[in-house]
Amino acid sequence: MSRLAVPKTYKLYIGGKFPRSESGRTYEVVTKRGAFLANAAKASRKDARDAVVAARSALSGWANATPYNRGQVLYRIAELLEGRRAQFVDEIVSSEGVSASAATRQVDEAIDRWVWYAGWADKYVQVTGNANPVSGPYFNLSVPEPTGVVAIVAPQDSSLLGLVSVVAPALVAGNTVVVIASERLPLSAISLSEVLATSDVPGGVVNILTGSAGEITPWLASHADVNALDLTGAAALDWVDLEIAAADTLKRVLRPEGGTDLAAPSLDRITALTETKTVWHTKSLI
Amino acid sequence: MSFLDYAPAPESTAILNLKSDYGLFINGEFVDGHGTPFATISPATEKTIATIASANDEDVDRAVAAARRAYDKTWSRMSGADRGKYLFRIARLVQERARELAVAESLDNGKPIKESRDVDVPLVAAWFFYYAGWADKLDYAGAGANPASLGVAGQIIPWNFPLLMLAWKIAPALAAGNTVVLKPAETTPLTALLFAEILQQADLPPGVVNIVTGAGATGSAIVNHPDVNKVAFTGSTNVGRGIARAIAGTDKRVTLELGGKAANIVFDDAPIDQAIEGIVNGIFFNQGHVCCAGSRLLVQESIHDEVVDRLKERLSTLRLGDPLDKNTDIGAVNSAAQLDRIRTLSDIGEAEGAERWSPDCVIPTDGFWFPPTIFTNVSTSHRIARDEVFGPVLSVLTFRTPAEAIAKANNTPYGLSAGIWSDKGSRILAVADKLRAGVIWANTFNRFDPASPFGGYKESGYGREGGRHGLAAYLKPAGTARTVTASPASDATDSAITTTKESAK
Repeated sequence: MSRLAVPKTYKLYIGGKFPRSESGRTYEVVTKRGAFLANAAKASRKDARDAVVAARSALSGWANATPYNRGQVLYRIAELLEGRRAQFVDEIVSSEGVSASAATRQVDEAIDRWVWYAGWADKYVQVTGNANPVSGPYFNLSVPEPTGVVAIVAPQDSSLLGLVSVVAPALVAGNTVVVIASERLPLSAISLSEVLATSDVPGGVVNILTGSAGEITPWLASHADVNALDLTGAAALDWVDLEIAAADTLKRVLRPEGGTDLAAPSLDRITALTETKTVWHTKSLI
Repeated sequence: MSFLDYAPAPESTAILNLKSDYGLFINGEFVDGHGTPFATISPATEKTIATIASANDEDVDRAVAAARRAYDKTWSRMSGADRGKYLFRIARLVQERARELAVAESLDNGKPIKESRDVDVPLVAAWFFYYAGWADKLDYAGAGANPASLGVAGQIIPWNFPLLMLAWKIAPALAAGNTVVLKPAETTPLTALLFAEILQQADLPPGVVNIVTGAGATGSAIVNHPDVNKVAFTGSTNVGRGIARAIAGTDKRVTLELGGKAANIVFDDAPIDQAIEGIVNGIFFNQGHVCCAGSRLLVQESIHDEVVDRLKERLSTLRLGDPLDKNTDIGAVNSAAQLDRIRTLSDIGEAEGAERWSPDCVIPTDGFWFPPTIFTNVSTSHRIARDEVFGPVLSVLTFRTPAEAIAKANNTPYGLSAGIWSDKGSRILAVADKLRAGVIWANTFNRFDPASPFGGYKESGYGREGGRHGLAAYLKPAGTARTVTASPASDATDSAITTTKESAK
């Protein structure tokens, strides 16, 4: 006798909690063939602003965590994902309509990217900072620091890998994130937030919104408490207008990417969301 | 005559051999501009120094075309070693003509000769010398092996450190293999034009550096030119925003070094003698026309009265007057427009309830002058504690705990620089960690070095100038250019035109 399944309610992930959209709106997520999968929350401007508040509140704790600690927390996400591979594979098969082996490759690659980025947390400063030989009695050191709150439009044609590829590098340096998941393929994003909620990532460090990227992103692009805007997955949006809106508060902007492997792993993705701080310390004359 | 009175000791202008008119420097020679020429004046006397050509859109187009040709045919094909040799030559020529450049700078800008002679011009030479050595070592710059240059760099610089800002822009651009179209500020074009003569003496290939003079419209033409690959700007945050809007949707790269409202934090255990000198240097250096100036003094409450008394005493000894006099501490404000802004903001400070103080000092009748000024009883919401004055005006605030100092210091949309004064090293390191600013000076202020990256957080801009990091602004990794999938919107590039009309500063 077959058992009647218990379907999941997919909600937003803001400040470590799973609220519905304050607007009460949902939208239908369907399979490639158009069959009903779930009603996802359709985030509103208010949800986006709540997410920024959560990200800002979480920033100092995450940015000031030791690099070793951040590395372990990021690595633990990979551990938990590994344990839930089957769930993500199933979800990707049903949403993207791909084969199980293609879905498995995507999940495996996503896990491996968490591991790769986790390892950078206590190294990128050494690789990208340096001591500066200035002409005078000063100890002078340049080190990268997190830019702050980063709003991200995740790649739209990927359930999990695209999302991980933009979120993980932003977290390495200690930024906190508000990410808009793929509009068409949002289910893995919310499942990922369940992983985040049960790992050691503090609430508010990653906030995940589902809904219309075209509707929500302008509010984030113009939000004065957002420091950087990653438009990697925004190629299909009016992204030039978003970049113009971001100029008002001089946000750092990563422009949309094309190609098949969006946001391929690179140190550049980490450093693009950092600021170099240079400190001059006097040396006494002895 | 008190012990503080000195006989005049003006630096002679006989070393200068100025022309009455200067053209645009395009493709290695001076040519006529097609805009309306303008006069550059000495802000200390309001007398005209020379008439300067103004570049219109066609002139900018010719300059960009010359830079493109030089990039394609010469500069991008030249070995790094040879590019480096040209930069070394330039460094040496700047050193040889240092006195002349210093006199011209003080004449045109109004800054004291002791600053142009001892700070600006030596740093210019150092900047070229430093980046000269990078030209054949770019594999080590952090962008991987065989990094590529970007192409033609359009560079727009301010009037506060005219020749030094030119060096900050041109030296790394050329070392990395780019060619340049540079616009000096309209009130201070003189030393850039003397620099063009130095480039002729260095026999730099024509078109590698082009210098176009003019106002905001000229800058706008550079920013919006379709054949410019990289925009580098130093100036006001407002113009910077306009540039960020203008390049939206293009594949131009941009670095912006914008305004600041730096906190200079003095703890009660600070070495007070040094701190007083550092506070004075932090805000009164270059008449306060410094984006990283320590314009907000945060003093620990217990030493507030002592610090303010000592500051007033010290300010009473500063000598304001002829920029070319070797004893002058405070020179002329660069322009009537800037003087107006300083006056307006200072009047607002008074109206908002802060207490204003300036030493007795004789203000010359001609020229633009503003006495060194301190505001006490300032609160964080006052405009003089929030807006960049860009003049010799210090706002004094107090704090009780390090946490309060940090919160107040970071309470600004800017994030360019900050200062910390304390005898306790562990506290300095902890506070420096928490300040959201790109450059932090501990027990010193306003130090600059070509090896040291400079640039801001938040609305103070992005990108770094100086050091290895400064090269990143002019390089991209080999063969990994990002693909931009959408095409640029047609109307996006027009938006900067209105905003860049405001003079770049």
